[in-house]
Amino acid sequence: MPVTVKIPTQLRAATGGEAELEVTGSTVGEVLDAVFEAHSTLRERITQDGDLRRFVNVYVSGEDIRFQDGLATPIEDGAEVTILPAVAGG
Amino acid sequence: MSIQNLKCKECGSTYDLGAHFACENCFGPLEVAYDYSAFDPAATKRKIQAGSQGIWRYSDFLPFEGRPGDPLEPGFTPLLRADRLAARLGLDAELWVKNDAANPTHSFKDRVVAVAVAKAQELGFDTVACASTGNLANAVAAHAAAAGLRSYVFVPANLEEQKLLATGVYGTNLVGVRGNYDDVNRLCTQLAETRPWAFVNVNLRPYYAEGSKTLAYETAEQLGWKLPDRVVCPIASGSLFTKVGRGFQEWLDIGLVEGEQPIFNGAQAVGCSPVATAFAEGWDVCKPQRPDTIAKSLAIGDPADGPYAVEQARRTEGSIDSVTDEEIRDAIRLLAETTGIFTETAGGVTVGVLRKLAERGDIGAGERVVVYITGEGLKTLDATRDSFQMHEIDPDLESFESEFAQEVIA
Repeated sequence: MPVTVKIPTQLRAATGGEAELEVTGSTVGEVLDAVFEAHSTLRERITQDGDLRRFVNVYVSGEDIRFQDGLATPIEDGAEVTILPAVAGG
Repeated sequence: MSIQNLKCKECGSTYDLGAHFACENCFGPLEVAYDYSAFDPAATKRKIQAGSQGIWRYSDFLPFEGRPGDPLEPGFTPLLRADRLAARLGLDAELWVKNDAANPTHSFKDRVVAVAVAKAQELGFDTVACASTGNLANAVAAHAAAAGLRSYVFVPANLEEQKLLATGVYGTNLVGVRGNYDDVNRLCTQLAETRPWAFVNVNLRPYYAEGSKTLAYETAEQLGWKLPDRVVCPIASGSLFTKVGRGFQEWLDIGLVEGEQPIFNGAQAVGCSPVATAFAEGWDVCKPQRPDTIAKSLAIGDPADGPYAVEQARRTEGSIDSVTDEEIRDAIRLLAETTGIFTETAGGVTVGVLRKLAERGDIGAGERVVVYITGEGLKTLDATRDSFQMHEIDPDLESFESEFAQEVIA
């Protein structure tokens, strides 16, 4: 399923400046794997031992995946996946 | 000059002193690093004592080369002995209340915003913005007005009316977002990428957060250059809680005070308690929650500094507790009746947790305890509605005597 992944400023050095990536996948985990395949240095930056690092937030169409099934959260057709640093606010 | 760079709290990567907030290598939060090795404690103390009656007396510990201009300087709020509150709680302790409602916009947020707005001006921004649960909105709108900057303030649309009114009056662009604080925060993190604005708690967050250290400095100075044994402090994002700890640590490190870190007790509302839950469960991350509490100023379901707050409570052998909305209302009354301080719901959370600690027997005899009251009761009037009855009488003596007949006889 084609999905748009929004890349935050902090990670654009690793995507050659790309702010949006088009990949396919049926879960958040698959989508991220596809992103890592295209830009291998991203894996280490946002994951650790197979899990998201603790200050990385991922949203599917605006909804935090921790309120859903985490990396197993299913992706609907045309969904937008947003990666953001979890260090704002308060 | 002591300010060095921005440093990632997770992996230690360093960055220049610009508008950055997250590490490019691991997404960890960035924090301002200082070099205090050249500080002489006696000279530093004299300089502080000769300074202004507000937060800028501590400008050597804030992220600037010199003291910035500030038309609305916050800080140096009262630290009051609360013997009657201690007695009501059955405490044989030296109890103090730091009333940080006594700031220009009536909450501790004036401290962080004063620092962020000064940094925004230094970095050349002409517009400041924030994601807020209310108190920050008041502070950003006011400090932007005082500095002559444009401002955009984003809040959950269902905020208390008092907080909306006390924001809009300053002529800001007030944006009510249909969602909770965490939705507002996500939106602002996205906006910070495209708008050339200084979001005080997004891209300027490393500087903004430094303002909270002044609460620790003031506490120590007002106690006669001594540290408390224990502090009770509310937790929303966890930034205030951890920065008060950092402030005490800096002064311990350079020898301005002696002893050790106080015990840190954190306070949350049951209806939004991701940090208290992580503490209780022994987690090193906070599982986000959807807030449902009258303590809206603490209603952050996804707290950015939650993991660090948990670590600090553990390291100091403290705790993070939570109280119900009913306990919050009762605690607002308790503080008002025993100290004359009318606090908003966040203060009710803090005093409610103090009561819990007292009931549990956690507070030892003779301990010096400081409770942080971070906001003003007039901002959350609904929390006190129907908590007492007014005596309504006709304007004559008989009416008064008959209303108070029993008391007069007694």
